[in-house]
Amino acid sequence: MRRDAHPLALLAVAACGLLWAVPFAWMAVASLRPGIPADIASLLPRLPLGFANFAEAWTSGAFPTWYVNTIIVCGGIVLIQIVCSALAGYAFARLRFPCRDLLFAAFLLQLLLVPTLLIAPNLATIVGLHLYDRLTGIMAPYLASAFGTLLMRQAFRAIPRDYEEAAMIDGAGVIALIRHVLLPLARPSIVAFAIVSVTFHWNEFLWPLMAVSSPDRQVLTVGLASFASGSEAGGEWGVVAAGTILVAGPLLVAFLLFQKRFTASFVFSGLKG
Amino acid sequence: MALRHEPAPPRMSLTLAAPFHAASRSARSARRPRVTPYLLLAPSLICLALFTYWPLIQVLLRSFWSGARPGIGNYARLLADAHFTTAVVNNVLYALGTILPALALALAFALALQRSTRLVLVLRTLFVMPLMIPLVAAAALFSFVLLPGEGLLDTYLAPLGLGAANWLGDPSLALPSIIGITIWKNTGYYMLFFLAGLAAVPAELLEAARIDGAGACARFRHVTLPMLGPTFGFVLPIAAVNALVQVDHVVTLTQGGPSDSTNLLLYYIYQQAEQNHDAGLAAAATALSVAALLSLAMLSLRATDRGLHHAS
Repeated sequence: MRRDAHPLALLAVAACGLLWAVPFAWMAVASLRPGIPADIASLLPRLPLGFANFAEAWTSGAFPTWYVNTIIVCGGIVLIQIVCSALAGYAFARLRFPCRDLLFAAFLLQLLLVPTLLIAPNLATIVGLHLYDRLTGIMAPYLASAFGTLLMRQAFRAIPRDYEEAAMIDGAGVIALIRHVLLPLARPSIVAFAIVSVTFHWNEFLWPLMAVSSPDRQVLTVGLASFASGSEAGGEWGVVAAGTILVAGPLLVAFLLFQKRFTASFVFSGLKG
Repeated sequence: MALRHEPAPPRMSLTLAAPFHAASRSARSARRPRVTPYLLLAPSLICLALFTYWPLIQVLLRSFWSGARPGIGNYARLLADAHFTTAVVNNVLYALGTILPALALALAFALALQRSTRLVLVLRTLFVMPLMIPLVAAAALFSFVLLPGEGLLDTYLAPLGLGAANWLGDPSLALPSIIGITIWKNTGYYMLFFLAGLAAVPAELLEAARIDGAGACARFRHVTLPMLGPTFGFVLPIAAVNALVQVDHVVTLTQGGPSDSTNLLLYYIYQQAEQNHDAGLAAAATALSVAALLSLAMLSLRATDRGLHHAS
């Protein structure tokens, strides 16, 4: 039996919880209060309430473009990552070949040398590949994923070989085997991976800021940064709050709806990565 | 001739077995050609080569290439650059200031929130929510929290006689403010790992310690904490990488200022690469960051090894 925490300890942690919630509470309240109220620091909703700040944010930023770009980047990255990781994961899980352990170690290097750290050389590389100022340039450094490969290898290893042998006897090729037999069985791992990957890339800022310069190729985070600095200068804090909700809202809502799944995925990602 | 007189049976069985083994293996490799593994790895390897291995080579080459001939000119310039040395010192402070409190708080929260009551679930949600939002969104919220005068901190600290500080504008407060944002953002993430780690501590072990008369503190020190060793083993590298790469709020809130007080390594690299177009300095700074990260990883690997050895 896990014993309850001491009531005083729980009280202290609950106080911290309230403190942690303050920025979110302010965001929700301020976004719904139109205009520039004198008590903008209020954490309690006071009339009048309305969606004027959201309308204002929507028209002064290029939100439709930013949403489309972010979805293309996140979707493109996660799909290609799953394909690459499934192929490599299968090779590491099931096949024996020379230099396997060396190659595996070479993959794992990416867990430490995250692409974010290598922004300077990677910028030179995408310029050389003529991918600068393209959405594909934002995606390029992330298409191979050591973490995804590790996860798929683990997932495939947990699947009994009988499934594959039955398919092999039916004459299926390796690709068909991975696609129709192994991937469906590895679905929980793929979902966990997709959640972590989409969250990371939806929230990423520095690399998309460097890799793209045209306004019509910006993603949500980069858009928010320029948009927020403009509205802050005008003291329009309600609009800043509304814009922040527009950027962070989709993932926050998804997290609140599927909380167990999200938490499990993040724990899983850390434990395997 | 000599061969014929050798005691045959054990060898015979070996030589007989080997061809059978080889035959079955060659039959299998006929079905799966030898290039298959490499073809399967190729898409990932191409991308890793371009964006993980080549950058390392490129950074090393570029960092030793200043002007017309190879040399250590870039490193000399880098170490002579006061902005860089300040960024290194700041980054060490940033790492210590974010990792230690965030891990301590995360562990404390996890200890208090083990039982899944309704209140506990709500509190867990509150702590994890910052993980889900972009660091630039957190920065946008905290630009109001920290706003001098009207901001949340000043408004609610004023009755206590505190506040009225220029949180992001005062060189002695700016880095602590940036550190505060990072702690707010990361603590919930680390808490999740400690919750998982605590769930794996056998309840019987704690119960046995209790029966033996160990108080709550003794149980924590001698049972729970040692059992959390592996959790620390993988949370620490994650936290170390975070301390190097989480600089988005520096970009949007302070741009490394005021007077370099929030300049961090990756922000320095970003400035050299993006604003000053000084590829040599950017390469040398990246090379040193990579070296620092790799040596930290080696150290932690050795420490975990020793820890495991000690435990067994």
